[in-house]
Amino acid sequence: MIDERLANAAAKNAGGSAPTRIQDTVIRFAGNSQDGIQAIGGFLARLAGRTDKDVMTYMTIPATISGGPSIYQVRLGTGEVLSAGDDVDVLVAFYQHSYKDHVGTLRDGGILLYDSDNVQPDPAEKRYHHVGVPITSLTVEAIGGTAKDKGKNMFVLGLIARMYDLDIPKLEAMLQGYYKGKGDDVIRNVLGAFHAGYGYSVGEVAGTFEFTPGAKKATKQIVTDGNQAIAYGALTAGIRFGAGYPITPWSSIMEILRVELPKYGGIFVQTEDELAAVAMACGASYAGYLALTGTSGPGISLKAEALGWAVMAEMPLVVIDVQRGGPSTGLPTSVEQSDLHIACYGAHGDAPKVVIAPASVEDCFYTTIEAANIAREYSVPVIVLSDQALATRVETWDMPDFATLSHELKPDLTPRGPNYKPYENSDTGIARHAPPGTPMVDGKYPIVTGLEHDEAGHPASRPANHVMMVAKRRRKLQVLASKLSKAQTYGPSEGNVLLVGWGSTQGPIREAVEQARAAGESVSALHLRYIQPLQPGIEEVLAGFNHVFVVEINDEGLYGFGQLASVLRARFCDPKIRAINKTDGLPYKVREILTNVRERLQKP
Amino acid sequence: MIAKADNVVDRPKYSKKELIGDHPTWCPGCGDFSVLSIYFKMLEKRQIPHEKITSVAGIGCSSRFPYFVNAHGAHFLHGRGVPFATGVSLMRPDLHVFMFGGDGDAFSIGGNHLNHAARKNIKMTYVIMDNFVYGLTKKQTSPTSPLGFKSKTDPWGAIDQPINPMKQLIATGATFIARTHSHLPNHVMEMFEKAMDHDGFSVIECLSECTEFYPGAFDAANPRKGGIYNLVPADHDVTDDLAAFKLAGDTFPGNFGIFYQVKRPTKNTLEGELIAKARMKTENAGPVDLLNRTFQQFA
Repeated sequence: MIDERLANAAAKNAGGSAPTRIQDTVIRFAGNSQDGIQAIGGFLARLAGRTDKDVMTYMTIPATISGGPSIYQVRLGTGEVLSAGDDVDVLVAFYQHSYKDHVGTLRDGGILLYDSDNVQPDPAEKRYHHVGVPITSLTVEAIGGTAKDKGKNMFVLGLIARMYDLDIPKLEAMLQGYYKGKGDDVIRNVLGAFHAGYGYSVGEVAGTFEFTPGAKKATKQIVTDGNQAIAYGALTAGIRFGAGYPITPWSSIMEILRVELPKYGGIFVQTEDELAAVAMACGASYAGYLALTGTSGPGISLKAEALGWAVMAEMPLVVIDVQRGGPSTGLPTSVEQSDLHIACYGAHGDAPKVVIAPASVEDCFYTTIEAANIAREYSVPVIVLSDQALATRVETWDMPDFATLSHELKPDLTPRGPNYKPYENSDTGIARHAPPGTPMVDGKYPIVTGLEHDEAGHPASRPANHVMMVAKRRRKLQVLASKLSKAQTYGPSEGNVLLVGWGSTQGPIREAVEQARAAGESVSALHLRYIQPLQPGIEEVLAGFNHVFVVEINDEGLYGFGQLASVLRARFCDPKIRAINKTDGLPYKVREILTNVRERLQKP
Repeated sequence: MIAKADNVVDRPKYSKKELIGDHPTWCPGCGDFSVLSIYFKMLEKRQIPHEKITSVAGIGCSSRFPYFVNAHGAHFLHGRGVPFATGVSLMRPDLHVFMFGGDGDAFSIGGNHLNHAARKNIKMTYVIMDNFVYGLTKKQTSPTSPLGFKSKTDPWGAIDQPINPMKQLIATGATFIARTHSHLPNHVMEMFEKAMDHDGFSVIECLSECTEFYPGAFDAANPRKGGIYNLVPADHDVTDDLAAFKLAGDTFPGNFGIFYQVKRPTKNTLEGELIAKARMKTENAGPVDLLNRTFQQFA
């Protein structure tokens, strides 16, 4: 965090002296969704990747079709950036409502950079520094009035580039590359606005900053959001068929796959509904390809029946659930971690599925690959539980080594038999179906089915058979569990407080651990990637701590425990496990976690 | 386009005997037996190898079909057989995809899937064994039960207008629509073969009597029971959807034969073209190259 340095800098640089060194900064752009503020954030994030900085972003989008207030928050820094930041160092306010709604996030001594054409701040407020820039009129002056409000975002990008001494040639190249297809006029306007912003001497008022030089990163850095990471993870894993139905915030995954899959010889189908999507994916997996379907919120409810079929028929399948606020239509553009239970238990009957949750944008990529590999190896549906925050946030991560990760999967049509059993009750319980097209040596052809069946796939309702097959389908997951890596803590493996999390909360939880330890408190964290089955070693980790808090973005439920907390209490019967929950549809702030922990430690 | 299998020469000719799977669970006299035996006959006639056949079904009496055929098959969910079969069809152009089901699957719980497989013109043959009643669950009203039909859910007689399968299919854009009756094996066989040879989404509504819960439902269309079997008039233009729609409006037992058949590119073909174009544009790059290229742009 920058603390008082920004303020000092503002005073010190009033005369235009040397820039102040900072470790990281949090900038919030607040405007309307059509102002292109996401573009500013996107360029800053990509620049970070190209200049060995870490970045994390956070955005809100209105759930309306066009217009409405929107923010984009960027945290840029040297070294590992774990969260999008609790407090804002610089608030860029485009409108009066942007100023009013977001000035509360500005930290003491921060900078309010506002469009003086549209915003009238309270002059009596001395908590932060006021920097008014006539953004609208200067943009019009720079590129002419024809573009109306367009270009303000580029002007602001120029202002920020000047304030933070960013790499101008790299930014210009990026702008030119990005707007290449839009014609010379657009590029001229973009650069015109950018240079006008850059040329405006905001430094005299707000000061200028430079980042502490970081270590040169060994691997090339890329910048994506979580949904991109999932889509390309699927392509890397060898998935060549996908089917889905549009729903926020899953849609961008299907949009990418629709365009990309044909290049890989594959197909993505936009189906008539969620049921058709999962059914079609089951069909394509049956045909011998590993298929993917995905959705958000309401869609996972609709897919539940077919997921039960995939468990029963032992069909590999990758299912992406980008969680949003629920139940029902709920909060379509907000984050929530409230699909854990439906992912684990959401199909009638005893239907054990694999559920894994990525913890970061980079992890979205690797989790999807792992989901594909588990689905193939164990012939089970695997649910990847991402969420709205991961889907829309942008992070820098290492360029993957595609040569080692990439799979090309083809149907295995080698002749089977004699005595091939599609549902053989092996020691591990693992069986693989023979895709259509496979010749059967003994001339007996298999049916895959959702009816309870014997090992050969014939319908069988005998009591002993059902007992055997239910156990077989469960045993596969127990075998998988035994092969998962042992649970590891972040921070010391023993201590006073253990924070347990899953999914997108990893960053803020780790930052909370860092801050608490810096303050002399004994706090560690355990982040669970494998939700079902749980990985080994958790019991030993729990035993090493006096207090265990499961931090989740979901409700505390009827009995005072969130969804993962309930699972862990049921599994480990450990009364030490307590819950920290919230349901405001926003990512956790580090402060929220620490305050909760400290309060709860007061009342045992 | 389905043609005779190319590897017929290499294999001994096979007969119906080798195609018989599990013993059917249907009631004695069920119309579905006839459909099954005609399916065997057609496969035998065309000499399509076991492994090239995929029989897909949803839920219902008729949907037990795949178990009774010794070939690859899948027993999927109630109503969702069509999208499942779509997944198979799109990814595996080397297979003959047959979809079997009843009126509940096709016109009620899976009704919308029928519309969309039809408009997308997915290459498959869908045989709907229509008995006008829910048989597996023991006599409830079905979406094709005629007005006044007394069932356990309409003991005073059905009051909801039944679906007219031919009219619905014409409206959805299916490219091959035929109607037949399981009591007339030769006609079923003729429709089966024509449907299979059609390059697109081919649907046959096959009246198939439920002797247990709706006996005599189709006597009016059975010449052996004194009924009349009206073939689609020889001068009917099968490419004329309005004429087909009018024909579909005739009162029961109506007409039998091909109501509508047109050529339209299948989704299978169109997706193949998208792939070919994309592959050409990327100069047939392998996945590793493609991924590296894309990620360079993210850098």
